[in-house]
Amino acid sequence: MAKFKVNKSYAQINEKIKKGQVVVVTAEEIIDIVRQEGPVEAARRVDVVTTGTFAPMCSSGVFFNIGQSRPLIRTTKTYFNNVEAYSGVAAIDCYLGATAVCEDDPLNKVYPGEFNYGGGHVIEDLVAGKSVHIAASSYGTDCYPNREIERDMTLKDIPTATLCNPRNAYQNYNAAINLSNKTVYTYMGTLKPQGGNINYCNAGELSPLLNDPYYKTIGIGTRIFIGGAKGYVVGHGTQHNPGNARTEKGIPVRPSGTLWTMGNLKEMNKDWLKGVSIRGYGCSLSLGIGIPIPILNEEIVQYTAISDSDIYTQVLDFGVNYPNGNFESLAQVSYAQLKSGSIRLNGEDIQTVPLSSMVKARQIADILKEWIRSGKFFLGEPQETLPV
Amino acid sequence: MLRFPKETCSDPVVCFLAKDFNLTFAIQHASIFPRKEGLMVLELSGTKSNFKKGVEFLKSRGVKVQNAAQEIIRIIENCTHCGACTAVCPTGALWIKRPEMSVEFEQEKCSACELCVLTCPTRAMKVNPKDENFF
Ligand code: SF4
Ligand code: SF4
Repeated sequence: MAKFKVNKSYAQINEKIKKGQVVVVTAEEIIDIVRQEGPVEAARRVDVVTTGTFAPMCSSGVFFNIGQSRPLIRTTKTYFNNVEAYSGVAAIDCYLGATAVCEDDPLNKVYPGEFNYGGGHVIEDLVAGKSVHIAASSYGTDCYPNREIERDMTLKDIPTATLCNPRNAYQNYNAAINLSNKTVYTYMGTLKPQGGNINYCNAGELSPLLNDPYYKTIGIGTRIFIGGAKGYVVGHGTQHNPGNARTEKGIPVRPSGTLWTMGNLKEMNKDWLKGVSIRGYGCSLSLGIGIPIPILNEEIVQYTAISDSDIYTQVLDFGVNYPNGNFESLAQVSYAQLKSGSIRLNGEDIQTVPLSSMVKARQIADILKEWIRSGKFFLGEPQETLPV
Repeated sequence: MLRFPKETCSDPVVCFLAKDFNLTFAIQHASIFPRKEGLMVLELSGTKSNFKKGVEFLKSRGVKVQNAAQEIIRIIENCTHCGACTAVCPTGALWIKRPEMSVEFEQEKCSACELCVLTCPTRAMKVNPKDENFF
């Protein structure tokens, strides 16, 4: 315990929340506090730092249980507003992925495709209180003879709906440029030819995993803000790759850690889940996530004090290289540069374009701050932190 | 609505509409954008045949003529301030306010090119027909 000058436990911080004495600031606000007061003083004074991010998170979806019919059915195909959900689980359970596209969508046959409606939009519609048409079929069994059901349901009518996302909140992400001679339509947005723009998608200094780069406080059971409700980190996400190169401050310079998250869709709010149509690419869900970082000691507060100029990422060519599996970095740039609006690359000023909303990320960090301050949200101590 | 390519931006063009084609015009808006293309919104009136000839003349000078009977609007509730649209907006009508990083839309600068409409992931940018009888 003598390792640090300041030592706080989760229980102590939760006790302060209960008594209304907790000091919470956002990951933007902490930067100046640590700069002015130093890490020890800051760690003494501040108990929690809140983070936030709002961006397309393709690896998102909902586990539904749609309720039984008479006679009973064991669904093998399920559609929500004509978007297929995976039904290879138990009777009337299914998983609707955010990137599933509506059945009669022309996809990229008319290039670049519009992708007007998909899983993300179904999720948004349900959260917004709209009624969704559910059609399911089956081959029929002795115990589940029904072969077909069709009904309109709202989120209230659906027995369970759990948002369960195998890969969210990427710790850092590549920036994209297009060096080919034609416009490309990618999951990183529209990229004009010959290096017309650099698109990037990360909240930088507000981003959850960049504020706890070695996952010292984040793990299984961490309570989070997700889609406007309380939810949880249930483990490391798919493609979690903590072993990438890092800066002196410990920040990975490429996409690294990821989170597997979960929350009750019924408690969520449409401001924080939006179906998105990415031109020429497909459908997805933009989702808001916020994670509170408990300031257990001065080391952790130092991590939360990183600013955009401390965070670097790589610029990759999405015109030719990336589609061919070549992840060669054309340049290493900081988020301060990316957020400035243009970057000088090989003697030319190139426009930089965000895809991740800082406005919403800041709102999320503020809401989470308010929840904790007002005693509505307590810290969840992880049973195990994420693998480093 | 007239869109002038870089090359003709500095040439006298519009005055000939009055001089040679007997058309009267009222300029409602004019600007030159960062990438040096020009945009002018004007109300033209005259006889039908002169009007046609005038439009032909403009086209022959490389000017793109568009019916301004529709405008682009932003449905603010749908906008997440992500910024994706700023990659394609050629006129700077969609721009990012710093340091807030909020996305602003200045309709006066919009040329109604519609590039943002399908680029916006949440479909916040919409074509809005105006019911003015133009052509
Ligand atoms: S239509 Fe959209 S992209 Fe085109 S100028 Fe107007 S705002 Fe910009
Ligand atoms: S792309 Fe759409 S949602 Fe994003 S900032 Fe532009 S108008 Fe708003």
